[in-house]
Amino acid sequence: MATTAKLQVENNNPVVAIQGLLRGLLENESIGGVLVPVHHFGKSMPMPTLVTDPDQLSGADPLAPAFPMNSAKLLSRLTRGQTGERIAAVLRPCEIRAFVELVKLNQGSLDDVVIVGVDCMGAYKNTDYRTFLAGRDPFEATLAFHGDHGGTDKPDAGGVELSAACKSCEHPSPANADLIVGLAGADLRDALPVLADSARGEALLNALGLPAMGENGRAKTLEALVKVRTEHRDAMIEATRAVTGTLTDLSEYLSACVNCYNCRVACPVCYCKECVFNTDVFEHKPWQYMGWAKRKGSLKMPTDTIFYHLTRMAHMSMACVGCGQCSNACPNDIPVMELFRTVAARTQESFGYVPGRSLDEPPPLSVFKEDEFQETVSHMA
Amino acid sequence: MSSEFEPTILAFVCNWCTYTAADLAGTSRMVQQPNLRLVRVMCTGMVDPKYIVKSLLSGADGVLVSGCHPGDCHYINGNYKARRRVKLLNEILPQFGIERERVKLTWVGASEGNEFAATVNGFINEIRELGPMEARSMAVV
Ligand code: SF4
Ligand code: SF4
Ligand code: FES
Repeated sequence: MATTAKLQVENNNPVVAIQGLLRGLLENESIGGVLVPVHHFGKSMPMPTLVTDPDQLSGADPLAPAFPMNSAKLLSRLTRGQTGERIAAVLRPCEIRAFVELVKLNQGSLDDVVIVGVDCMGAYKNTDYRTFLAGRDPFEATLAFHGDHGGTDKPDAGGVELSAACKSCEHPSPANADLIVGLAGADLRDALPVLADSARGEALLNALGLPAMGENGRAKTLEALVKVRTEHRDAMIEATRAVTGTLTDLSEYLSACVNCYNCRVACPVCYCKECVFNTDVFEHKPWQYMGWAKRKGSLKMPTDTIFYHLTRMAHMSMACVGCGQCSNACPNDIPVMELFRTVAARTQESFGYVPGRSLDEPPPLSVFKEDEFQETVSHMA
Repeated sequence: MSSEFEPTILAFVCNWCTYTAADLAGTSRMVQQPNLRLVRVMCTGMVDPKYIVKSLLSGADGVLVSGCHPGDCHYINGNYKARRRVKLLNEILPQFGIERERVKLTWVGASEGNEFAATVNGFINEIRELGPMEARSMAVV
């Protein structure tokens, strides 16, 4: 492991300390802007914001337990083509993993972006975040959420639970970041370790001139978090399998779906510019609907709901990073993340693929080998 | 399963090999059961998983994808890509009770009329044995 620097926390406020780190990066001549969640209006949801003026970092709240959207798609917009300037992006581990998938599909580039990952303690669904705030100042609420010790204190839940995706996420520590803010295990009243995880990150960290920091129990805290979350994930998959084992069960699971496709819009790895479900391919003729209805006695409208979800599974389950934005976006509270992760667990395992793990691993459906999967081919004659 | 059940099978066959074999089987008057609907595509590499899923949800009891033998694809590697996509569906569909047997991938070369007839007859028998797709009677698809 390369350099670990010490980011001093003043006045028991780790959020301000991280703002200071970002300010240091912005003042570094090689960084023109920082993408980071910012509270724009006192009580609001912190939204991903591209900050170029260091003074405007005072609204940045990268530790807020809010996750309005997966920023990977935004970063793809900021990195496709030349900007002429390097930026930094503060991301959750699942945002980084999704972005790595997009980079593999030429939907973005890591060349001019410095990724700052933060150990992730999870977030609330959008609607639950509002409940959690309960009128409090959002920065106060963020500090209360984390307590004094990253990842070990019982967070102040304010009567709501973390999103199901976060509770079952086995990747709390960022992979493929340049710099990592090691929240896990840290005494948040004292100091945060900042780890350099790439040569680029190392150079930037050295330029900041922070003192060195020793081991502070991060690894152990992460290990414990991963254990709890993995157990949660396995139970979730088992429970989902138990209620979706037949096509009828699946239809019932999705029975409140209104084909709004919000889950697809929110999904960071569903990247097609023109999705077939946005076209008129599935706007059938009146006589077709009548024909299908007569054949079965009734036909649920709109049609093609199960078809849509199965197609999405085929198109993106290999790249699903489990961020839960699909569930977050569903207006009908359908647990789609649970379903997609359950399917993805098997598809990803069968191709030995872990999305976001490495830029060197090509998406399985973009490559092939001549001599593989012989059991997939039947020889009937 | 009920002896009255007659399966509907949809086959996506590539223009250059399996379609030619199907033609040969026909002109050679080989005996084939009438349960098959052929869709000619330029290459198995263009069969998106959603074609297969849509077929199974719209009345097909089984779907056959058939193209050139490895090394013979006229677009060099479309059949290898098809193999990965069918493999993917083999992992997804059984999670929802759609038997793996309902999606079949075979290689049938242009001169293999015999093999084509045997493949089709064998597949139809297999699906007749397996019974109808659950989606046939579902109001929600
Ligand atoms: S399917 Fe859902 S959980 Fe998976 S990457 Fe997309 S939005 Fe995230
Ligand atoms: S967001 Fe919910 S209602 Fe909309 S398409 Fe997805 S599952 Fe259906
Ligand atoms: S042309 Fe026959 S499989 Fe590609």
